[in-house]
Amino acid sequence: MWARLKPGQGPLDYGNRLWLKTLFAAIFIMLYVPIVTLIAFSFNTDKRGVVWRGFTFQNYVKAWNNDALIEALTNSIVIALFATVLSTIIGALVALLLWRFRFPLKTAYEGFMALPIVIPEICMGVALLLFFANTGMMETVVSWIWPFNLANIIIAHVAFCFPFVTVVVRSRLVGFNRQLEEASKDLGASEWQTFWNVIVPFMKPGLIAGALLAFTLSLDDFVITFFTSGPETVTFPVKVYSLVRRGVSPEINAASTVLIVITVVATVLAMKLQAPAKQGKG
Amino acid sequence: MAETIVSIHNVSKKFPGGVTAVDDVSFDIAQNEFFALLGPSGCGKTTLLRMISGLETPTSGQIVIGGEDMALTPPNKRPTNMVFQSYAVFPHMTVEQNVAYGLKVTGVPADETKRRVAEGLEMVKLSHLANRKPDQMSGGQRQRVALARALVKRPKVLLLDEPLSALDAKLRDEMRLELTRLQENVGITFIIVTHDQDEALSMASRIAVMDKGAVQQIATPAELYEHPASRFVADFIGKVNLIDAKVVGQSGKAMSCEAKGLGRLELPGKMPAGDSIAIAIRPEKLKIGGSEPKGAGLIKVAGKVRDVAYYGDTSHVVVEVKDGLDLAVNVQNDSREGGAGVSRGQKVWVHWSPEDSILLTE
Repeated sequence: MWARLKPGQGPLDYGNRLWLKTLFAAIFIMLYVPIVTLIAFSFNTDKRGVVWRGFTFQNYVKAWNNDALIEALTNSIVIALFATVLSTIIGALVALLLWRFRFPLKTAYEGFMALPIVIPEICMGVALLLFFANTGMMETVVSWIWPFNLANIIIAHVAFCFPFVTVVVRSRLVGFNRQLEEASKDLGASEWQTFWNVIVPFMKPGLIAGALLAFTLSLDDFVITFFTSGPETVTFPVKVYSLVRRGVSPEINAASTVLIVITVVATVLAMKLQAPAKQGKG
Repeated sequence: MAETIVSIHNVSKKFPGGVTAVDDVSFDIAQNEFFALLGPSGCGKTTLLRMISGLETPTSGQIVIGGEDMALTPPNKRPTNMVFQSYAVFPHMTVEQNVAYGLKVTGVPADETKRRVAEGLEMVKLSHLANRKPDQMSGGQRQRVALARALVKRPKVLLLDEPLSALDAKLRDEMRLELTRLQENVGITFIIVTHDQDEALSMASRIAVMDKGAVQQIATPAELYEHPASRFVADFIGKVNLIDAKVVGQSGKAMSCEAKGLGRLELPGKMPAGDSIAIAIRPEKLKIGGSEPKGAGLIKVAGKVRDVAYYGDTSHVVVEVKDGLDLAVNVQNDSREGGAGVSRGQKVWVHWSPEDSILLTE
């Protein structure tokens, strides 16, 4: 005799256990209900945003017409774009350096490089503030024309974003088959041609992932930005913080929803770009 | 002999940490040869190949290709191209882009590149897959891409690093024939590195057997097999029975030896009495029978069958004789019934003609 099993009852079909399904659902709800609520209430007619009173797009119009909010959002996006490009380049170069070369104190260097990932943001913020204040950059930069007056914030963001890029790109490079590089040289390519034609394409998924990480980190950073921005400059998270102190208005919901959409679209695009072309096997 | 294309003069390679991978190696390779570097893993054969390609620099010695000293020539300027063990096909490029790569980076005009790529793909029979990405191809196909990619460069010498080791048995046989055919068609010197003696024997026109960084013997496949110069070569190429013996006397063209397990033997050859030698006999040169063989001058010995392994076309029999000596005998299964005709535990006679014995001093 042997036990007759219905599909899904086998000892290895963990996915069908009730407790596991429940746990999964609970985690899922914990993670996504706040976001869904935020988006839903951006369409709420209620001024206070606590009770659902009806559907409207009015909040988006109001947010769009709120110059201060738009200015903050524009600042945030511009800072994020600059910080992303710069930290991707610097991060990738550091990753290459660590992957390619052996030099004295390499382990120490690696530790120092990764420091911004682990040290508390508040320390980083204070340190950067002191740096900018003592070098006089605080006063100088703030008087520059937009978007150059954001330079301090951009520098601060690059300083904490690039190690993330380095970590991602480096882990990608570990899987690189050195014979590809040798093959390229053997076929007549110079070091430079090999770098652009073979190594960079291989790093691409890492670069995209790192850039995305940098972009989102920069976009929603509050602490470091708060310390390093001058009195005049406001970014989106800082603006939201100051608005929330006077109560959550549905406008903020609307603006936040836009931000979520931007991030999600960027992520989906990036994933699409990375995905290998789907072609059936002949 | 044809014109020399590659010559290697006293080349050594010491790696930091004291490992000597290649130890004072010298030889010449002629135009159009299919040359094999054969040896167990770690014998330095790949390092030697990489030094020819320029991916590794010799510690001392000189490598001359096509009459030019290569000491200061980087790999991208050498008239050699390599097929890597892992194939190293660029994963982000299509087959066509892979094959065109070497021409593109060296500034070959677009129309010529196109023509040569088409030719190259034709040569390895991959024209229909030109737009595929490597991850959609089998190992054998990827290897052809690597081959075409190297051949379109029209190198003076094509280097192949264990090209067949990652293929399954059947594909390996196919590629073996294909490589020989290609080599004849394109008229390029091939240097192949392999640890597989079958591969070297069946493809190469000449083989250098390497061990511990040094070349043991360079010869044609048949010469290596039938006239090995040392115990190592005899043992490494094919299967062999090695029997320790001592020369005891000389009479005319024959000498007599005292061999372990076999007693006094008369063998053709001339060696000073008292020398320790090894008698090597290939298993297929041995004959096996149930009764004592008749015939003068045969070397014969009685024993007991210890093991019979059936391989379809042949059976490998191990016969235990005196003094702990085991003899491996290959028997052709030349009729459908009966197989080797012997079974385990059976008392048998093994015999061979003295000329089939190889006498080795080192």
